[in-house]
Amino acid sequence: MGDMNTIGVSVKRKEDYRFLTGAGNYTDDVTLPHQSYACFVRSPHAHAKIKGIKKDKALRAPGVLAIYTGEDWAAAKVGGLPCGWLITDVHGQPMKEPLHPCLAQGKANHVGDQIAVVIAETYNQARDAAELVEVDYAVLPAVVDVASALKQGAPQIHEAAPGNTCYVWALGDKGATDKAFASAAHVTKLEFINNRLVPNAIEPRAVNASYARHDESYTLYVANQNPHVERLLMTAFVLGLPEQKVRVIAPDVGGGFGSKIYLYAEDVVLTWASKRVNRPIKWTAERSESFVSDAHGRDHATTAELALDKDGKFLALRVHTKAAMGAYLSTFGSCVPTILYATLLAGQYTTPAIYAEVTAVFTNTVPVDAYRGAGRPEATYVVERLVETAAREMKIDPAEIRRRNFIKTFPYQTPVALQYDIGDYEATLAEAMKLADVAGFPARRAEAAKRGKKRGLGYSCYIEACGIAPSAVAGALGARAGLFEAGEIRVHPTGKVTVFTGSHSHGQGHETTFAQVVASRLGIPVDDVDVVHGDTGRVLFGMGTYGSRSLAVGGTAIVKALDKVVNKGKKIAAHLLEASDTDIEFKDGQFKVAGTDKAVPFGSVALTAYVPHNYPHDKLEPGLNEQAFYDPSNFTFPAGSHICEVEIDPDTGITRIVNFTAVDDFGNIVNPMIVEGQVHGGLTQGIGQALTEACVYDKESGQLLTGSYLDYCMPRADDVPSYKVGTKVTACTHNPLGVKGCGEAGAIGAPPALINAITDALGIREIEMPATPERVWRAANKKA
Amino acid sequence: MHAFNYQHPKSVADAAAALSKGGDAKLLAGGQSLVAAMKLRLAAPTDLIDLSGIKELAGIKVEGAGITIGAMTRHAEVARSEEVRAKIPALAGLAGGIGDRMVRNMGTLGGSLAHNDPVADYPAAVLGLNATVNTNKRKIAADDFFKGMFETALQTGEIIVSVSFPVPKRAAYIKFRNPASRYAIVGVLAAETGSGVRVAVTGAASSVFRVAAMEKALAAKWSPDAVAGISVPSAGLNSDMHASAEYRAHLVTVMARRAVEAAK
Ligand SMILES: Cc1cc2nc3c(=O)[nH]c(=O)nc-3n(C[C@H](O)[C@H](O)[C@H](O)COP(=O)(O)OP(=O)(O)OC[C@H]3O[C@@H](n4cnc5c(N)ncnc54)[C@H](O)[C@@H]3O)c2cc1C
Repeated sequence: MGDMNTIGVSVKRKEDYRFLTGAGNYTDDVTLPHQSYACFVRSPHAHAKIKGIKKDKALRAPGVLAIYTGEDWAAAKVGGLPCGWLITDVHGQPMKEPLHPCLAQGKANHVGDQIAVVIAETYNQARDAAELVEVDYAVLPAVVDVASALKQGAPQIHEAAPGNTCYVWALGDKGATDKAFASAAHVTKLEFINNRLVPNAIEPRAVNASYARHDESYTLYVANQNPHVERLLMTAFVLGLPEQKVRVIAPDVGGGFGSKIYLYAEDVVLTWASKRVNRPIKWTAERSESFVSDAHGRDHATTAELALDKDGKFLALRVHTKAAMGAYLSTFGSCVPTILYATLLAGQYTTPAIYAEVTAVFTNTVPVDAYRGAGRPEATYVVERLVETAAREMKIDPAEIRRRNFIKTFPYQTPVALQYDIGDYEATLAEAMKLADVAGFPARRAEAAKRGKKRGLGYSCYIEACGIAPSAVAGALGARAGLFEAGEIRVHPTGKVTVFTGSHSHGQGHETTFAQVVASRLGIPVDDVDVVHGDTGRVLFGMGTYGSRSLAVGGTAIVKALDKVVNKGKKIAAHLLEASDTDIEFKDGQFKVAGTDKAVPFGSVALTAYVPHNYPHDKLEPGLNEQAFYDPSNFTFPAGSHICEVEIDPDTGITRIVNFTAVDDFGNIVNPMIVEGQVHGGLTQGIGQALTEACVYDKESGQLLTGSYLDYCMPRADDVPSYKVGTKVTACTHNPLGVKGCGEAGAIGAPPALINAITDALGIREIEMPATPERVWRAANKKA
Repeated sequence: MHAFNYQHPKSVADAAAALSKGGDAKLLAGGQSLVAAMKLRLAAPTDLIDLSGIKELAGIKVEGAGITIGAMTRHAEVARSEEVRAKIPALAGLAGGIGDRMVRNMGTLGGSLAHNDPVADYPAAVLGLNATVNTNKRKIAADDFFKGMFETALQTGEIIVSVSFPVPKRAAYIKFRNPASRYAIVGVLAAETGSGVRVAVTGAASSVFRVAAMEKALAAKWSPDAVAGISVPSAGLNSDMHASAEYRAHLVTVMARRAVEAAK
């Protein structure tokens, strides 16, 4: 048998043929017999009392089947949307959890809040009728930014959350930190906004819910990253349905970036209504609806200080952040600016004392939750902007100041809860500097100056915590769910394999990467392995995909199941070869009696398992189908060095990224092409945040001014350079594949590298993200 | 989108007749503005009169000292036309810089001018090159055509048939793109034409306009330096989250200087 080991090989993505030829099967592609359609009536106001809703005119419109409002919802005694993570505040009190209604209860709290749902024979009929629903609003003053929301006299959004405060939470040793600051030789202080982002997956959210009267079951197709979690939250916390009666299918999903993790009102409302109207109901967001209903990302206002000794050694870090929750707590909104943020503030450095205080704030905006990187980009921005600024202030080379402070021995316990297992930050930085030709930068800068252009160079050495997480640790920190993963290997009689994974692929290429892992272990061709995901009816269980966890956690569950398959295979082979179990070794697809040439191939063992004529029935069950659950013992810690070089036209303020280098340590790599693709995508999103993506709410009216692509600027291919990417490998110490995760790295590392480059080019301390041409032009020309 | 009647006339006369039949009929060219507005339910015409089957509206013709371009000519056709590229490269370049490939393959010259979006590119070419808009009723000089934001001299029932562009001695169009929409935040077309120097600015104000001071300076001396010191007042210019009026005013000067430089 040939070499079936494809670990480290850029196998072409198995899924791409169907995507590129239009054969993908997305939720909106699913149309069921007797299909009906829903359109949501959404609040045009950021904050308003609902004095009354008249639906009689709309009910008489052609094709209308039903209209439900908050009153129907309340009458049915169904709950609000739950938050999956309980944060305990500085006083030991639970965070404030105001009702997150599926249909507004007397008050709209953000533009886009769902007020009513209209169900009709066709989507156009539903939409026409939605325009006829008369909602009588009494508009209230709105507040859209965290600083204003915390002011005395600010409009109050929820009675249950006085002062618009969800919680004040802290991590780290305040006393030790303050003491270090008191004796520091140098303190660098920055204040900045980590700008709010709209996720913009290419496939809008979509739902198709149906109810089967014959067995009282529900089927929900939904564009979602974790169908089992969706089912658990919806059945146990909102609708009170028997979990086994609900099947959630997330078929092909066109991108998530976090925004499709959550349990959304639309999913619940359609499931609930499908029984009432006894018809399947479909809803697919229009793009303008996505802008005002998909959970947004980031939105922090931060004051951060770094204390250093006279040699540039970091002594302490002090951070105060106000984090927007938006109008309601989204599924994981509460843990993003805390557990996923403050714990990362050590970065790659030995900073001995760190204290972070986070105030979570309600505003009249779309709820905020995890978006690619989730908390870690915000933390990296704090650390890497401070470090670079401190280096410049102290006239120490920015690479050198990092080297002086890098963690060099592992495992390393940070002062903010995490224990890093392994890394080699110096090697990663050195490789990045070589690839970026940092040595040649002064000459390039001089040459650009001759053309009237300003060049700058910026670094970012990020760390992230992936895998999320050991369940026990997450539980201690407030998680209301486990965070393991499940996998199943079904070997068919012909030796072909179906893998069932609780991870979910919505662009990550699991169908290829996971198949490579399985095929390599079993010594069979990649094409003999199919990967099934995203269906609670087929997959045993799953916590889904986010936090770059799929290969490290989901992949490990698969490896554990594979181990069981191989063990059972050895016993079957031992029987066939008339040898002892312990003498059988499995290699290159052959079960072999050690030290002899007696062997049976994997395929024969599979066949024997299902055609057990000659079989050790006294010792073994027939069949070859194994499952495993895996709960990691630690996070994984990918880290890397990104270097950005920009050239600015001071006449126009246009920033061109002339070079972007990323050297990352993701541990072992299964498919380099897929990893590189993930890095490219992440970097582009990070560049989007830093350079183009402004999410602007009108301060008075609370309207989302950037509600379409005419105004919200997604980065395009011509906004980004041809990336230089490289990898350095230190294998993760606590999972069998030695992998760490690569999905978010780019989005985490890129923003500070880019802003550090722009501030370097212009010789300024700060510039607000996104660094739009006008902001850059003003900074370059010292205009207010 | 609301339901509508679809019509597909074969001549300008039939289109004009259909247009005058009452109801809220609209001409459909490339649909890049109209269909988008309909999808957002901002426009709900009762009838759409599709101009794509009318031969008289298509094609690019070199005529004497000018080029006449049919109203239904797609941006992509103008961008790749050998004639336009040879005689008025600034116009081909402008068309090639509109939107994206899909927009350029659908959007038309006539549609763009009739729509007169304040941030569209073609108005700068028509005004800057001193073109003439030919309709089914009359010829309209560029200086008389653009009346204000989304407003033109076109009367109800009037259809743009073609636009005649005199070949300039030299011309260039430089655009500062809105990073999100890629329309013009400021676009400047500077030209030396048979009828004098013209500098037309789009994107900056409610409608395309000329800058007399720059034209005068360039008439005296065609050089980037001639306009480098001339700025338009920011009062009255567009101001939004992408660019303040002050920034736009600054960009007018920068884009004008670069256009003059490019049109050596
Ligand atoms: C994503 C996107 C990006 C774009 N970017 C740019 C850009 O960068 N620069 C730019 O200039 N434009 C841009 N556009 C606009 C585009 O270039 C079209 O030119 C414009 O939308 C109108 O042309 P159309 O042929 O599509 O007209 P339609 O949308 O079909 O019609 C527009 C209006 O003109 C009327 N009309 C059409 N033809 C005639 C006629 N012959 N006589 C009288 N009235 C007529 C119609 O009734 C309608 O009211 C962009 C559009 C999109 C969707």
